[in-house]
Amino acid sequence: MKILVCVSKTPDTTAKIAFTDGNTKFDEAGVQWIINPYDEWYSLVRAIELKEANPAATIHLVTVGNADAEPIIRKALALGGDEAIRVNTDSSDAYYIAAQIAEVAKQGGYDLVFTGKETIDYNGSSIGGMIAELIDAPYISLATKFDLNGTTATVVREIEGGEETAEVALPLVVSCQKGVAEQRIPNMRGIMAARTKPLKVVEPAAVDALTTVVGFELPPAKAGVKLVAPDNVEELVRLLHEEAKAI
Amino acid sequence: MSVLIFIDQTEGHVKKSSLEAITYGADLAKQLGTTAEGIVLGTVTEDLSALGKYGVTKIHQVANETLNHLDAQLYASVISEAAAASGANVIVFSHNQTGKAVAARVAAKLKAGLVAGACALPDTSNGFVVKKTVFSGKAFANISIQSSVKVISLNPNSYKTVATEGTAAVADFAATVGQPRVKVTAVNKITGEVPLTEADIVVSGGRGLKGPENWGILLDLAKELGAATACSRPVGDAHWRPHHEHVGQTGVQVAPNLYIAIGISGAIQHLAGVNRSKVIVVINKDPEAPFFKAADYGIVGDAFEVVPQLTAAIHKLKAGA
Repeated sequence: MKILVCVSKTPDTTAKIAFTDGNTKFDEAGVQWIINPYDEWYSLVRAIELKEANPAATIHLVTVGNADAEPIIRKALALGGDEAIRVNTDSSDAYYIAAQIAEVAKQGGYDLVFTGKETIDYNGSSIGGMIAELIDAPYISLATKFDLNGTTATVVREIEGGEETAEVALPLVVSCQKGVAEQRIPNMRGIMAARTKPLKVVEPAAVDALTTVVGFELPPAKAGVKLVAPDNVEELVRLLHEEAKAI
Repeated sequence: MSVLIFIDQTEGHVKKSSLEAITYGADLAKQLGTTAEGIVLGTVTEDLSALGKYGVTKIHQVANETLNHLDAQLYASVISEAAAASGANVIVFSHNQTGKAVAARVAAKLKAGLVAGACALPDTSNGFVVKKTVFSGKAFANISIQSSVKVISLNPNSYKTVATEGTAAVADFAATVGQPRVKVTAVNKITGEVPLTEADIVVSGGRGLKGPENWGILLDLAKELGAATACSRPVGDAHWRPHHEHVGQTGVQVAPNLYIAIGISGAIQHLAGVNRSKVIVVINKDPEAPFFKAADYGIVGDAFEVVPQLTAAIHKLKAGA
């Protein structure tokens, strides 16, 4: 059993969102970087649990990014995983990134590829589906539960207005969200072990990026809250009806 | 050249998010001087020709029962086949659960640039630039697609549906439908409730409500408004409410017209799930609650007194209207 877990570096959830260079670049000044929470809390932890149940399994982590991503991938290795692969390139195009991971996945012959349901910076939910298409594997998106019985996975996934349970034979690509696993904190042993785990750097495959970010915009600032007295809810209803036209 | 819109259906019905995608696709077709066509997979009970009133002129239907359940691989292959047959150069999805599973596969299959989570029509004055939400609704990015075929998935609740006159020509599309590799064994629809991600109004409760036994006042308000109910992360984690109601960075992200937060302090992780709401109302007894900074309207007061009065006042408004 070989599992590939996709890990992305994202700004911390509480990071101030601002842009530089004429609004073409994310302002990294003072920003704390973290493992994308969906990658860490759900897909990585679930992979670790699968390995705990089946110690013969191996977990490889993959990230697409420049050397700045290495502290993040070491942090992920401190939680678990046997080794990591960093594809040495930086891009914001989902197809370009997915094609790099698909290349790693093809060469490694993985039974399972895990991604988070989205990254908290681009919110595209695109990488998993693209990898699946590029390696010709089934894709389960928005999984809330993942179990394995031999080479068949039983997955619960979110659909519009509910959930459904599905069975799929491996190999398989899954995007994970809340429910799949619970967040873990790395322990000292894991942090020490992570220092010596192999971190392979590979050069990117020749792939055309299909999109580019032209620029960023911040939403217009809120005008400020209009407070209504607690004994005057009729006024709130009037404002919502006449001014905001929300009810 | 045309715009092809994937029309998602659940149990035979076309959902609101798809009507938004149709309106968006039809407006885009107009902008590009071409026609908008739709594709529907699986068996439907609805009269599809009526979707013409949202601007689509032709609908390709693949009424094959195999497609009643989502298998992203099969869906992507059929949609790509239809896109080639209709000469589509833009394919539009809703960025709903199905769209998130399928749009990326179609994009990779056709080597088409994808903008996932679009919130406005593309700017085609110089190239093809699509605006999308990023950083969980805290900013927007303008993304240029360079490939000749383009895929866009539209954020639910970000484009207004407009119904006018018109009928669409519905024709069977003879697609190659392979064997599904995803076998759906159980479907668990949350019945009798408004699905959270589709709701126009969301009423959400936090720890300020003190316990699950106090949710009645919130449910009454939601019922009066025809709203979906939601909760903050601590409430979900404490099992006061089901997990699927948890709204926030790591839960569900919503973008309703109206979000009413009751007894929620408004941690940044919670705001990340509600930033895209059009109007935010906060009811909290703590005037320092950070949520007030993100709100349009607020009441500093005791939820147990304010909420029942609010329900009554809305009832009065509706009775009078």
